[in-house]
Amino acid sequence: MSTSTPLPSSQCRYLLDSLSEYVDGTLQESLCLEIERHLAECDNCRVVVDTLRRTVYLVQTLEQAQPTLPSDVRVRLFHKLQLDEFLEGDTVEGHNAEIAER
Amino acid sequence: MTEPISLEALKAGDKAEFARFVETHSPAIYRLALRMLNNPQDAEDILQETFIKAYQNLPRFDGRSKLSTWLYRIATNEALMLIRRRKPEALSVDAPVSNGEGLAQEALEIVDWSHMPEESLLSDEVRRYLRQAIDRLPPTLKAVFLLREIEGLSTRETAEVLGLSEAAVKTRLSRARLALRERLSVYYRDRLEGKP
Repeated sequence: MSTSTPLPSSQCRYLLDSLSEYVDGTLQESLCLEIERHLAECDNCRVVVDTLRRTVYLVQTLEQAQPTLPSDVRVRLFHKLQLDEFLEGDTVEGHNAEIAER
Repeated sequence: MTEPISLEALKAGDKAEFARFVETHSPAIYRLALRMLNNPQDAEDILQETFIKAYQNLPRFDGRSKLSTWLYRIATNEALMLIRRRKPEALSVDAPVSNGEGLAQEALEIVDWSHMPEESLLSDEVRRYLRQAIDRLPPTLKAVFLLREIEGLSTRETAEVLGLSEAAVKTRLSRARLALRERLSVYYRDRLEGKP
């Protein structure tokens, strides 16, 4: 199935804003029941929920936070903050020499 | 386990503790700034500015929020200010978000790609496409999205960082996710229809 369509009913539009919390499992129970009743009879909203759930999964799987700070950025940060003495061998001069050697 | 950063020592001007504070939090601040601005030089400027401001404002920091939340707040403000200076129109797209209109009124892409096999969902091409789609989110949605989904802050912490209500954070996260769902649906629609 492939189509771009306005959601047909005001009920779909009303529920759209709650779907994110619904897929997280954090939505209040009465609204969950309302959504589930609606999903039982609305194919389009079911597709939106399934693909939204997949979108969240993809983000969580493909976009894991990577705590990387390039070493030259770290050295310049410590230098700017006058913390060179805490760089433990990694210094601006050392870093510049390293670049010059490349 | 690493000792938690001592606010008392920071406030007392303990240089070694401040170095430890910088070491601990700089990767996350740089990562956030880089994703907000998509430019390594800008991200580095924001990183340095964030810690300079933190150092200057430590005497006034009351410790009611976590140090990390406080740093995220400084960094996000700096990043949004830079965006505002460069592209003021980028922040004006906030209007449909704050008044509750927007996506709900628009057409939605209805393509069921949820059953596609894992290997086609998790390809490098999808990763690049998703990264690009996130980068193109309006800055106000992107800030919420990055803090909640990438940095793992709670709704409450994100609200605190951005000076928003928790309801506004939920709405913006919802809008960001729906926008990404829309982009991915277009991507998979083209693949399902055999377009390159």
